[in-house]
Amino acid sequence: MEDMRLMERTLATNQVKVAAKGVDVFYGATHAIKDVSVDILDNMVTAFIGPSGCGKSTFLRCLNRMNDTVSVARVTGDIRLDGEDIYDPRVDPVQLRARVGMVFQKPNPFPKSIYDNVAYGPKIHGLARSKAELDEIVEKEAKDRLKEPGTGLSGGQQQRLCIARAIATSPEVLLMDEPCSALDPIATAQVEELIDELRANFSVVIVTHSMQQAARVSQRTAFFHLGNLVEYGETGQIFTNPRDPRTESYISGRIG
Amino acid sequence: MSVLVLVLALVAIGIAGYVLCRYRAVASVGGDTKKLHSLPTYHGWHGFIMGFLPGLVVLALWVVVQPLLIEQRMGRFFDPAVFEDDTQRVLLMADVRRVASGLDTAVDLGALSEQQAAQIRTEFGSVRERLAEVGVALGAEVTPEVLQAAQSYRQQAATGALWRTIVTLAVAGSAFLMALRLTDGAFRARNRVERVMQGLLLTASTIAILTTVGIVLSMLSEAIRFSTMYPIADFFFGLTWSPSFGGGSQLGLLPLLWGTLYISLVSMIVAVPIGLFTAIYLAEYASPRVRAVVKPLIEVIAGIPTVVFGLFALVTVGPLIRDWIAQPTGLGSSGSSVMTAGLVIGILNIPFISSLADDIINAVPQAMRDGSLGLGATKSETIRQVVLPAALPGIVGAVLLAASRAIGETMIVTMGAGAAAKIDLNPFEAMTTITVKIVSQLTGDTEFNSPETLVAFALGMTLFVITLGLNVFALYIVRKYREQYE
Ligand SMILES: Nc1ncnc2c1ncn2[C@@H]1O[C@H](COP(=O)(O)OP(=O)(O)OP(=O)(O)O)[C@@H](O)[C@H]1O
Ligand SMILES: [Mg+2]
Repeated sequence: MEDMRLMERTLATNQVKVAAKGVDVFYGATHAIKDVSVDILDNMVTAFIGPSGCGKSTFLRCLNRMNDTVSVARVTGDIRLDGEDIYDPRVDPVQLRARVGMVFQKPNPFPKSIYDNVAYGPKIHGLARSKAELDEIVEKEAKDRLKEPGTGLSGGQQQRLCIARAIATSPEVLLMDEPCSALDPIATAQVEELIDELRANFSVVIVTHSMQQAARVSQRTAFFHLGNLVEYGETGQIFTNPRDPRTESYISGRIG
Repeated sequence: MSVLVLVLALVAIGIAGYVLCRYRAVASVGGDTKKLHSLPTYHGWHGFIMGFLPGLVVLALWVVVQPLLIEQRMGRFFDPAVFEDDTQRVLLMADVRRVASGLDTAVDLGALSEQQAAQIRTEFGSVRERLAEVGVALGAEVTPEVLQAAQSYRQQAATGALWRTIVTLAVAGSAFLMALRLTDGAFRARNRVERVMQGLLLTASTIAILTTVGIVLSMLSEAIRFSTMYPIADFFFGLTWSPSFGGGSQLGLLPLLWGTLYISLVSMIVAVPIGLFTAIYLAEYASPRVRAVVKPLIEVIAGIPTVVFGLFALVTVGPLIRDWIAQPTGLGSSGSSVMTAGLVIGILNIPFISSLADDIINAVPQAMRDGSLGLGATKSETIRQVVLPAALPGIVGAVLLAASRAIGETMIVTMGAGAAAKIDLNPFEAMTTITVKIVSQLTGDTEFNSPETLVAFALGMTLFVITLGLNVFALYIVRKYREQYE
């Protein structure tokens, strides 16, 4: 506990984008997230790592209130975006999700043309954008196939389409739940490159099962275990000099 | 042996086959079942199948063929001119069978000896009275020909039954012996059992297809007969429908087709929006508790017999529409109208569309909704722009299936739309449909061999082609787009 507070203080020197305090999540009787507090910093990539079922996705989905769509899920605690409580009853979760975008583990392009996929967000939010501008956002491979259905792309192309679709809404925070788990190394490298570029404008949170990926793309890393946030700090420190023995054994491959 | 006893005997042979083949297979490898090609159970089942199935097939064929053969040989007792006529022959044969079974009963009860039953003649007194004494009632006095035919029928049936038993048991027995001889360690019983299973499944699916083919063929032959009696162009393009059995009928399809399509259209205008909105509510908005109550309640509608809907149209909807809409606006004065029938058929089709569409909407992957919600779309935006487009092909399929149901509906139209065949745009006028006219042309005391009756088959064929076309189109659409969204 002492450790945690120390950690938070050192991190607080950077600008905090999303601040979570004492968050608990229940799925019916299952206690999936236990008293988790995290500050997610602006213009940085934060990685969530941890063994399967430890609650990474659950916590991620708290940050844009996607858990609202799960009827059995109950979230308590305090999560603030730019200091504003996102679970305040006055906050419209729909508006919130426009500010906190999400990319899912499995590519889920809509059964529409590639162009319409990317234009979807801007259209519903009334962001006036020219077609030319949209064209630029769509990845190079997809460019000459704008009229084709998004479902006809390869898995890697689909995932980049989904990322493009999320960015087109110009969110402030981008949540990515294992965005590369269905991709080959080359497509993964392309997505990672993209993530690195995104850091300039967004705050990015990425869930990943690959230590190397976390080490490559992130500046901050949070390690979850059995619903607890075990350790949170600079990526370099987490991977070279973990403070908690559980973090160390996970990174070295003994938990998981 | 009666057929039932024979089947039981076949089962017994089969069971013996199971036990013996299994035993023989195990014994052939000295009890070390790992050396068998197939598990002992498969050897057993192979034995059962060989003991049971070939015999059963022979028996089934025999049961079908024997009466046909015997019937053919009854011709010599009757005037050939009478016997050649289809209708008359059917009646005669029914008489013969009834008398024959009456004699059987009399013998069983001891009222007649076997000898007497075979030799009784109409000259010795009334056969009808003799049979009545033992409780067998005949409609009319038995003619000498029928009596003789019946006696011959009994005799041939008895001979047939004897041979049936012998042949069936012989086939079953030899197949059984063959199975026993084939069985040894290396014998591929498993593959053979598999093949028989495959054959059984194939047979089951063929039955449905053959039935359809049979229906089409029987309708087609009558429809072709109709086309030889009535100019087919007049049928397809005639604007008047006025059958009269005296002759000089005008049998134009168009008024009926118009009524059919008009009523179906009205019904779809009612059913599609309501059914679709219901489905969207159930699939996307309703809480599990509401859904658990509402869905079965809606589907109860589908279980109500259409004749009850017809009554509803006749006594409630029809008069309501007439008194509150048609008469005040001066559009019509009849309780039976296109509106009445269309409305009620629409209600009938609501659960059909809603439950199909509900399934289809539920089949749209949750990831699709998450993707849209994750971009900050509202629920209704998600439904309108992502869920419904993804579900559209399936929904179109459901709507087309519902349309073909509306086109084929009979009872509600009979009671709700009237019987007047006319082409009119006013939906408050009584009109009628193809189905109604099929019924009215075939019921009643009419001569079968006239165009007025046979037109029913041409109408039926037309209807069949329309609904078949719709169904094929619906299935095509559903199938074509299904794979696209996993
Ligand atoms: N919709 C749900 N209903 C009930 N329990 C759930 C639901 N979603 C997740 N859980 C439970 O919450 C816990 C955390 O799940 P979560 O999906 O957050 O794990 P995760 O860390 O993302 O795992 P993975 O790395 O395998 O994706 C698990 O024990 C899971 O069983
Ligand atoms: Mg997960």
